Amino acid sequence: MNALEPFLEGTVRTATPLAFAALGETVAERSGVINIGLEGAIIAGAFGGFVAAGTGSVWFGFLGAGLAGMTISALFGLFAIRIRADQIITGTAISLFALGITATLYRQMYGAEGAALSIPTMGVVEIPVLSSIPLVGRAFFAQPPVAYLLYALVPAVWWWMYRTNAGLGLRAIGEDPRAAIAAGIPAARFQYLAVLFGGFLGGIAGGVLVIAQAGSFAEGMSAGRGFIAIAIVVLGRWHPLGAAVAALVFGAASALQYLFQAMGWNLPYQAFLALPYVLTLLGLAGIAGRSAAPASLGRWQDQH
Amino acid sequence: MSELALDLRGISKRFGQVDALDDVSLAAKRGSIHALLGENGAGKTTLMRIAFGMLRPDSGSIAVNRIPINLRSPADAIAAGVGMVHQQFSLVPQMTVAENVALGGRGRFRPQVTARRIADVARRTGLSLDPMRRVIDLGSAERQKLEIIRILAHNADILILDEPTAVLTSRDIGELFTQLRAFAAGGGCIVLITHKLNDALAHADEVTVLRRGRLVLNASMSEVNRSSLTSAMLGSAPAVTARSYKGTPLRQKVVAAFNGVTTEKQGQTPLSFEVLAGEVLGVAALDSGAATMLRVLAGRISHSAGSISIPTHIGFVPENRIGEALVPAFSLTENFALKAAGSRSGVIDWRAMHAAAASVIEDFEVMAEGAGVPASSLSGGNQQRFVLGRELHDDPPLLVLENPTQGLDVNAAASVHARIRAAAARGTAIVFYSSDLDELAEISDRVMVINRSGVKFTSPERQSIGQLLLESGA
Amino acid sequence: MPEVALVADMLVRATPLILAGLAVAIAFKGGVFNIGAEGQLLAGAAAATATTLALSGMPGAFVVTAAAVTGAAAGALWAAIAAELKRRFHVLEIISTIMLNFVAIHLVSYLVRGPLQEPTGIYPQTETFPLSARLPVVLPGTRLHLGFVAAVLIAIALAWVMKNTAWGFRVKAIGSSPRAAWSTGAIAVQRSSFMVFIVSGALAGLAGSIEVSGVTFALYENLSPGHGYTAIAVALIAALNPAAVIASGIFFGILQTGATAMQREFAIPSSLASVAEAALILAVLSVAAYRGRRLPGLPRKSAA
Repeated sequence: MNALEPFLEGTVRTATPLAFAALGETVAERSGVINIGLEGAIIAGAFGGFVAAGTGSVWFGFLGAGLAGMTISALFGLFAIRIRADQIITGTAISLFALGITATLYRQMYGAEGAALSIPTMGVVEIPVLSSIPLVGRAFFAQPPVAYLLYALVPAVWWWMYRTNAGLGLRAIGEDPRAAIAAGIPAARFQYLAVLFGGFLGGIAGGVLVIAQAGSFAEGMSAGRGFIAIAIVVLGRWHPLGAAVAALVFGAASALQYLFQAMGWNLPYQAFLALPYVLTLLGLAGIAGRSAAPASLGRWQDQH
Repeated sequence: MSELALDLRGISKRFGQVDALDDVSLAAKRGSIHALLGENGAGKTTLMRIAFGMLRPDSGSIAVNRIPINLRSPADAIAAGVGMVHQQFSLVPQMTVAENVALGGRGRFRPQVTARRIADVARRTGLSLDPMRRVIDLGSAERQKLEIIRILAHNADILILDEPTAVLTSRDIGELFTQLRAFAAGGGCIVLITHKLNDALAHADEVTVLRRGRLVLNASMSEVNRSSLTSAMLGSAPAVTARSYKGTPLRQKVVAAFNGVTTEKQGQTPLSFEVLAGEVLGVAALDSGAATMLRVLAGRISHSAGSISIPTHIGFVPENRIGEALVPAFSLTENFALKAAGSRSGVIDWRAMHAAAASVIEDFEVMAEGAGVPASSLSGGNQQRFVLGRELHDDPPLLVLENPTQGLDVNAAASVHARIRAAAARGTAIVFYSSDLDELAEISDRVMVINRSGVKFTSPERQSIGQLLLESGA
Repeated sequence: MPEVALVADMLVRATPLILAGLAVAIAFKGGVFNIGAEGQLLAGAAAATATTLALSGMPGAFVVTAAAVTGAAAGALWAAIAAELKRRFHVLEIISTIMLNFVAIHLVSYLVRGPLQEPTGIYPQTETFPLSARLPVVLPGTRLHLGFVAAVLIAIALAWVMKNTAWGFRVKAIGSSPRAAWSTGAIAVQRSSFMVFIVSGALAGLAGSIEVSGVTFALYENLSPGHGYTAIAVALIAALNPAAVIASGIFFGILQTGATAMQREFAIPSSLASVAEAALILAVLSVAAYRGRRLPGLPRKSAA
């Protein structure tokens, strides 16, 4: 079982930030908005978390991360929802903006070479009994507490989406904004809130990278996770549970490299670095089709 | 005698340079069916959108049940008890009946509570549907029912219906009005937007007529008749109808033929028919069953089984003028060049294109400043004239049209009909699909009805067309 | 004269931006969201490098031309991956092209540390190109190379093609209104879209190959400081007009040269340039939206 434990641990580790980001993006996309700026929310959250955690508290760090992500996504919302600029290019620009600004601020605040300052990191907290379950116990229940927040958040979002009228309204906007508006639902407001929520969770994802995993900030450390999370939303069929499962499957596929290394397969290390991106492509190809996508995703039917 | 349910006074609305409504008033009473009559473009839908809170009036007042009200959005209107069923249904296709009915509510979403409300409406009016069915699986008449049920479930007592009979067969129309009568008898008020004189004459208690954004007539049904309403709507004696144009096909030459053809839509019966030169073949079908067939005929989609024979040059006028027939921001010259752009190669001779577009503008009397203006600057009628001219420019043996007069006023529609007739007289085979059965009866030499059992031909009479459509079973 | 050298430097900097800008402009014009110019550029650079080194000893003009051709082909191939994924599996090109960008970066890293590494095996880069295999300098005493001239000529040629040929008109049609293009123009939208994607990739690949043949004379990591992303700004500011891309590319060349200078002289992080670029993208998108266009350079959408 020597190879299996790091494999399972690696699965959940990789999956956690992706699941946060994908969960938030699921809500946003269900309202018809595709937020390509999610990458920006993550890197902003990473930087915001890094700065906020410098005050000494990890939870304050996560709060800072979430707010930073939310701010970047608020900017996205301003252009994509309020002004109705093209969602895809706006999102791309927002991501580039966030990447540039976090790099700039980091260099300004911490010096051009960016010495890795130490911030408090969130350590692992084992849940008694559950963490003793053979095989998966340690993987799932010996994680930093922010992961447990995720476990609670997924069913909560699921319940909200399918059991409340607000959730029904959100889904209606994503399918047919004209019908939703005619039914009296304030479409733009819902979309904005959904994007802010997605941005907050994206920021938390960035916070996880810094506070619960790396322990420091590096420029561009989001490394495309925002785009991978968008693919995970597709793989999860725009369902909160689906996003979590898809993130887990993705994490497992990424973590295969531990098994490979244990078995002595010597691939160039760049292959492992490139693996998540290739996996994303394969996954999207495998699912072949966005037939489950909210019908009006990415487009704003000109109503009003 | 009866109380005023909906009272609109002095409503004016301007869009850019155009006065869509100029000081219009309408007073609809409880317990009555009030028809809002007028030609396409008269302003009826605009007026009712204002009543439903979708548009803000520039001036004027609205009162619901005698209480003056300021509507900022449909949510306000719904809260005041006003409901509107639009021409294009506002239902979420992927969701169920129950979900669509619940839409716009608050708090928890409880399917059983919604189902109970639907049953309640059924008791009151006779309108009922299975809550678990998905809207995608419903036919036009059922979707319209759903729209009405939804409004009633939200306790509306004022119902605005926008051209409700456009997509219904005669049997459905009868059923609808029975249910509406029951609703009115229970104290509700119905405003019926329509351009169909017959429906107003047959079912309404009161009528308001609009013409070009102005109020022309407001009376109870007992005070008016067909000719007074017609002159109110049109402002003058109606133009000569197209009945006088009819002729017989020049030659018995087959221009296009379908033999056992199906497309990817599942469960479709194979179609077989022929189109003759010089004839106007009307096409009637339920829902949008004809859309795919028309495009296969026009050579845009390939068929999956059977064989077809179609000429190389085919003119195609799709329903969606702005979305499919024209690119709005392209100039008329560019829109001319768009036709058959797929098969051209090499350098484009823009001067020749420009000249050709200019000749279309002249020949088809398109009111435009020149071939260089964007297509979006033309009115609907002129856009359609241009499209028609473009498609007929190279004298194709076959011209396929999909609802070509939709949204056009009576004069523009008449000129389209005249052009089509003229092309037929020159030998072009015309396939004319319309969801307006009256129009089909007027313009066609013979009518092909597409229903689930295949294809049937009939003479151009509204009764027989409607009957054949019904036979497919809805 | 230092001023001449400075201006020459700006034009050198502008060269890949012009070519990649053309790649993005043509793609966007045809409705293809090719955000993968970065990866396609790297693929072209890698192929051009491999070709140059493999053909060393042959006449310079032949080597340079072969490098350009293989570079363009490699860029086209890299784009074809995303294009085929879109065509057959309906994978959103915005995601697939970004994923491929990351893969390309790791691929280059592998090449320069592995098969293509310079003989001493110390530095993560390839051997330097022999003098004969480099693009000739057109302005003596500066770094301004033939590639700039080529870029300008290609831009002018592309502008002519877009305006005057049936192919150019088809591209414009499918980018403005795919439905009308199909219904009225009987254009094979999917096939044309695929072609546009490939041509776009070829242009980006050419950008990469000209960069190695004219400026860097070797392949190494971080060859492109985000040219493919700057190209988006270049294309949008030029309103997708190939002739205007020349001026736009030069503008961003000036911007980036200035940013480098600012970092050198005043220690202001050069990443500020990418922040400025992103902000410019957002600005032009907003103006376009205000005017009822999806992107600057695409025609107005119809009033509802």
